Amino acid sequence: MAYVVPRPNLTWKEKIYLPSIVAGLFITIKHLKQMLSGQTKVVMQYPEEKWDSHMPDHYRGAPTLVKDEHGRERCVACQLCEFICPPRAITIKPEEIPAESKFAKVEKRPKEFEIDMIRCIYCGLCEEVCPEQAIFLRKDYAITGTTRAEMKHDKAKLYELGGVMDGLVNKWNPKK
Amino acid sequence: MDFISSIPWELIAWSLAKTIFLIFIVVLPMVSYTVYAERRVSALIQDRLGPNRTGMPISLLGAKKDWQPFSLGGLGQPIADAVKFLLKEDFVPAHVNTIYFWMAPCLAMMPALITLAAIPFGSEFFGNKMVVADINVGLLFMFAISSIGVFGIVLAGWSSNSKYPFLGSIRSTSQMISYELSMGLSAVPVLLICGSTSLGHIVDYQGQHGWLLAPFMGAMPGAREILLWIPVLIAFITFSISMFAETNRLPFDLPESEQELVAGYHTEYSSMKFALFFLGEYTAMIAGSALVVVLFFGGWHLPGVPDGAGHGGLAFLHIIPAWIWGLVNIGVFLAKVVVLLFIFIWVRWTLPRFRYDQLMKLGWLYLFEIALVNIFLTAGILAFTK
Repeated sequence: MAYVVPRPNLTWKEKIYLPSIVAGLFITIKHLKQMLSGQTKVVMQYPEEKWDSHMPDHYRGAPTLVKDEHGRERCVACQLCEFICPPRAITIKPEEIPAESKFAKVEKRPKEFEIDMIRCIYCGLCEEVCPEQAIFLRKDYAITGTTRAEMKHDKAKLYELGGVMDGLVNKWNPKK
Repeated sequence: MDFISSIPWELIAWSLAKTIFLIFIVVLPMVSYTVYAERRVSALIQDRLGPNRTGMPISLLGAKKDWQPFSLGGLGQPIADAVKFLLKEDFVPAHVNTIYFWMAPCLAMMPALITLAAIPFGSEFFGNKMVVADINVGLLFMFAISSIGVFGIVLAGWSSNSKYPFLGSIRSTSQMISYELSMGLSAVPVLLICGSTSLGHIVDYQGQHGWLLAPFMGAMPGAREILLWIPVLIAFITFSISMFAETNRLPFDLPESEQELVAGYHTEYSSMKFALFFLGEYTAMIAGSALVVVLFFGGWHLPGVPDGAGHGGLAFLHIIPAWIWGLVNIGVFLAKVVVLLFIFIWVRWTLPRFRYDQLMKLGWLYLFEIALVNIFLTAGILAFTK
C-alpha cells in the first residue's frame, strides 16, 4: 500500500538552495569571528588555566578519611562503604581497639583500609552512606601514578589526604 | 659531443627546479598545513580551539620532552602527524586483493599531483615561465588526468572485499563520474571568452581584460565584459559545485561519510596508505582551487602589479627589478589559492551532506542542463556583441 509522505511546498529560493547556503556561511563565519576576537569565552586551556580555586562546593574529587579534633580516627570499620561502593574499590580489614586505649569505648577500627583509585568512580556513595562521618570526597581530581601499586591509596595516605575536620557529630562521648 | 650539446640542459634544469619547488616546497607542505588549518578553522567555527600546543617531536629521538622554546601555536602538529603516519603499523588484512590494494592509494594521489604540472603558478622568473608544462591543451589535460583519480577510489573499495568500503566506493565512483560532466561543460564558457585552452593564455587574457569574475580588476570593463559577467558567474557556481563533488568534500561527502560508512572506501587502510588517500584528497583540493583561481580569478595577476618580465602594472613600480615582481606574482597566486581553500573548509563545516538521490539528481538533471544552457548563452552574447 503506497503511502505518500506529505512534503512541504518549497519557495523558489528554498529550491535553488543557494540563499540558505549563504545564510549558513554567515552564521559559521560569525562563530569564527567571535572566537578569534575573544568574545566567546568557553575554552579553558587546561594546564595553564585551572578551576581549582573556584570549584563548586559539591564537587566530588578523591575520597579521603578524616580525624576529628580529639585526634581519633573517625572510621569504625563498619564496612558499609565497602559494600555500597559500585566498582568495589574499597577494601577494609577491621580490628579491635585494645582495652587500654583512650578510645576503647569505640571497640572497632580499620587495620587496613585501601581504596583503589583506578577503580574509584568518584560517585560519593561512600560519603553518603558512612554513619560515622568518616569518609569525605575532597576537591582533588587529578589522581595519577606511574604504577598500579601507586594508585591504591592505603590507610596512611587516606588520612594524610583527609586531614582533620572539626564540627562533626560526636557519637562516642564517654559522659553519656 | 654533438649529442651532449644537443640535450637541452637548461630546460631540464629549470623544469627540475620548478617541479621540485612546486611539489616539495609548495604543495606538500601546503597539504600538511591545510590539514592543520582545517582542524583549526573547524574548531573555531565549533566554538573551541584546535591543536595549539604541539612542540617539535624530538622525544622520539630520546629527549625527555618535546621541544618548544616559544609557543608555536600548534604549528608542529603536521610534523607530528607525518611522524605518526611513518611509524604506524602498516596492516594489510588477509582478505584483500593484494595488487589492487597496493595500487589504489597511488592512483588516488598521483593524478592530483600530475594535474599541478599544467597550472601557471607565477608569471616569469628570469625569463622562464613559471609553469612546469606550458602545454596548449592545459585545461583538457587537467580534466583528463583528474578523471584517473576515480580509479583510486574504485580499486580501493573493490580490493577491500568488505561491505562498507564497497558501498563507499560505488557511491563515490558514480558521484565523481556524474560531476565530471558538469565540470567540463561549465569551464567551456571560459574557453569561449578567452579563446584558448592553454592556461597561460587564459591568465594573460584576464591580465589584459580584467578577471573574468571581477571585471573591474584590471582594465576598465566595457559593456561586453559586464554582460559576459552573468554567464561567467553561473559557470563559476556550477564549476565550484562540481569541484566540491570531484574532491569528495562536503556537502558531497557521501563516499567517506563517517556516520554511515565507518570510513568509506579507506576503511581497510592504515598508516602510509591511508596517509596517501588523505593527502591525495587535500592535494586534489589544492589543484581544484588552483584551477578555479586560474580560470575565474585571474591567476597570478593583481591589478597594478607588473608581471615577471616587467610589463604592465603601474609605471612607478618598474624601478624594482622584474624578478621581484615574479616572486610577488607567485605569492599572489598562492594567496588566492589559500583564500579558496579557506572557503572549501568553511563550506565543509557549514552544510549537511546530500542524500544520494539528491546528489545524482543535482548532477544529472540540474547542473548538466545549466552548464549546457550557459554555453549557448555565452556563445550568443559573444556573437551579438562584437
